[in-house]
Amino acid sequence: MNLRPDPTFHASPKLAMEAPVENYAFTVMLSPDGSQSDGIAVVDLKPGSDTYGQIVHQVIVPNKGDEFHHFGWNACSSSLSPLTGHAFLERRYLIVPGIRSSRIYIIDVKEPLKAKIHKTIEPEELFAKTGYSRPHTIHCGPEGIYVSCLGGGGEDGTDGPPGIFIMDCETFEIIGQYEMDRGKQDKHYDFWWNLPQDYMVSSEWGLPPQFENGVVPEDLLSNKYGHSIHFWDLRARKNIQTMDFGENYQMALEIRPAHDPTKSYGFCGVVVDTTNLQGAIFTWWRDDDGVWQSKKTITIDPRPEKPENLPPLLQGFEAVPPLVTDIDLSLDDKYLYVACWGLGEMHQYDVSDPMNPVLAGKVELGGIAKGEAHPNGKPFAYGPQMVEVSRDGKRVYWTNSLYSTWDDQFYPDDEGGQMVMANNDENGFHLDKDFYVDFPKGLRSHQIRLEGGDCSTDSFCYPSV
Amino acid sequence: MFGDMTTVTALWWAVIFSGLYHGINPGMGWPLAVSAALMERKHSAMPKALAMLAAGHFLAMIGILLPFSLMIFLVEWEMHIRVGAGLLVIAMGIYLLINRRHPKILARIHPARLALWSFLAAMAHGAGLMLVPIFLGICAVDADDTGHLAAQTLMGSNVKTAFVVALVHTAAMTVAGGVIAMVIYLWLGLKFLSKTWFNLDVVWATSLVLVGVFGVSFAYLGH
Repeated sequence: MNLRPDPTFHASPKLAMEAPVENYAFTVMLSPDGSQSDGIAVVDLKPGSDTYGQIVHQVIVPNKGDEFHHFGWNACSSSLSPLTGHAFLERRYLIVPGIRSSRIYIIDVKEPLKAKIHKTIEPEELFAKTGYSRPHTIHCGPEGIYVSCLGGGGEDGTDGPPGIFIMDCETFEIIGQYEMDRGKQDKHYDFWWNLPQDYMVSSEWGLPPQFENGVVPEDLLSNKYGHSIHFWDLRARKNIQTMDFGENYQMALEIRPAHDPTKSYGFCGVVVDTTNLQGAIFTWWRDDDGVWQSKKTITIDPRPEKPENLPPLLQGFEAVPPLVTDIDLSLDDKYLYVACWGLGEMHQYDVSDPMNPVLAGKVELGGIAKGEAHPNGKPFAYGPQMVEVSRDGKRVYWTNSLYSTWDDQFYPDDEGGQMVMANNDENGFHLDKDFYVDFPKGLRSHQIRLEGGDCSTDSFCYPSV
Repeated sequence: MFGDMTTVTALWWAVIFSGLYHGINPGMGWPLAVSAALMERKHSAMPKALAMLAAGHFLAMIGILLPFSLMIFLVEWEMHIRVGAGLLVIAMGIYLLINRRHPKILARIHPARLALWSFLAAMAHGAGLMLVPIFLGICAVDADDTGHLAAQTLMGSNVKTAFVVALVHTAAMTVAGGVIAMVIYLWLGLKFLSKTWFNLDVVWATSLVLVGVFGVSFAYLGH
């Protein structure tokens, strides 16, 4: 407990943008075959530092086979609402779940260069207290730390629906299931909210048997992955509306609400439209009658390709699907970054008018049957994937691995973990030649968190004025 | 008589000061008034939010004071009641010193239901209890002044006092919180919202203990 609010808590997105820039990144390192332990890499981001762009510390966990994926903070700017009574928490701990093992590590990063494990929650405890498995997205909110899980109970995670559980934000004790009325929700992936407006939005990937051993082509072609998003009364813990994008919009993944809490809209990325292999972004919003609506506002076309250049999975299609696997919105709600993991492209859309996004910039790197090298001449395995934007919106970081078994299906010949950075400045959106982190051999990389918060962690309770 | 006047004046000032003290504490809600005005993009949302916070706070105060004002007609037990009330306030202070957790139920209230939130927040933090020894002190001095009136008259007068104490306290709280909210909203900007926020948990709990000690000793000293 602090005597003053943590200096990294900001009342509004605008204040967060004006705050000092990030000094470190925390990036997931995962062992795709479980032969090594996973960990968190601490990357030096201080320009001019002797170790700029290098991994300066690693927290390696004692277990193997966890498969780290997404992770988040114990506390963020949402603490600045008197409603929560958490104003004096420290932004100090990273909550890092193993998506394969269902084990959760609480990592103390108060001193980034001495970051260490603070607590471990064993899978059995998670199963017993929540009935969920395969923990994924982390957000800190009114009732503590919310964690979405991709699996329900039982060996393969299909015994009961998956959902969100709540964890105490001081003791890290698991409290229990979040949902009181889940309605039609029977799959899970991401979630986020607007705290003053009291709504939450959640999305769907698929059930564990549909992703743990790789994408199941028959399920994908018969549209059995998730294609709906759910709107919740956040504090009443009730699903108030389920919106089906249409069954061809397979894998509705990342939910990115506008950061400014006066706005009632946001975006959701869809990996693939099975009718034409396009990637898609939907804009969702609340209309004047309080009903949630959505519209497809971005489509990204596949690229035709000779079958012999394609992995077996795609040969029949003679095309490279864009595969929109991650999106991230800058804190001023101006730019939406869209990772096209299949094409090997990172798109920057101007979404000042959320109903009419305009492609503003594009970076090509990696990609199926393309393998575009980094401007420094070094290779970039797979394609641009988990993307994180600096608070000031000037630097965009990303890594390359999607999920161990899926990497191997879409890029059977690639291996490696890389993290790169692009600048967004007067010269537009372009890769930084000097920032290239190559991960230790045998480890891949996934989500990035920036010291002091970033564009997919903090929830704000006051508007930008 | 003169001494009693001074005592009563001091006690009423204590009512006002406790109000100002509750008011400046962001945990009692003034940032929500700033947020309301900014979210609704109109100035009038701020007084509305402050009024809802005040209503909730007033109800919490009167909810605690009223039972005590009804009890005190047991004149021969007056001393015991006042000592008991003082000990209760001390106990609440010690409880808050030991248990620093905020009640989880507060996080489940819809953000627009400010009056309900304000009521429960004040109850959970013993804001009403802080007033009890001061209120009982005022009642005791009043009773000394008026001599031994019929119990019913005394009770009526105490109920009236309870309402005035709660009203004055809430008004002071609303003015204090309202001024800070307005200065931040109109001039200083949101940056100062986190700058004016101090962790008062320990000070708050200690205040309860001190007020309780005051209540017990004031009762013994014969007022």
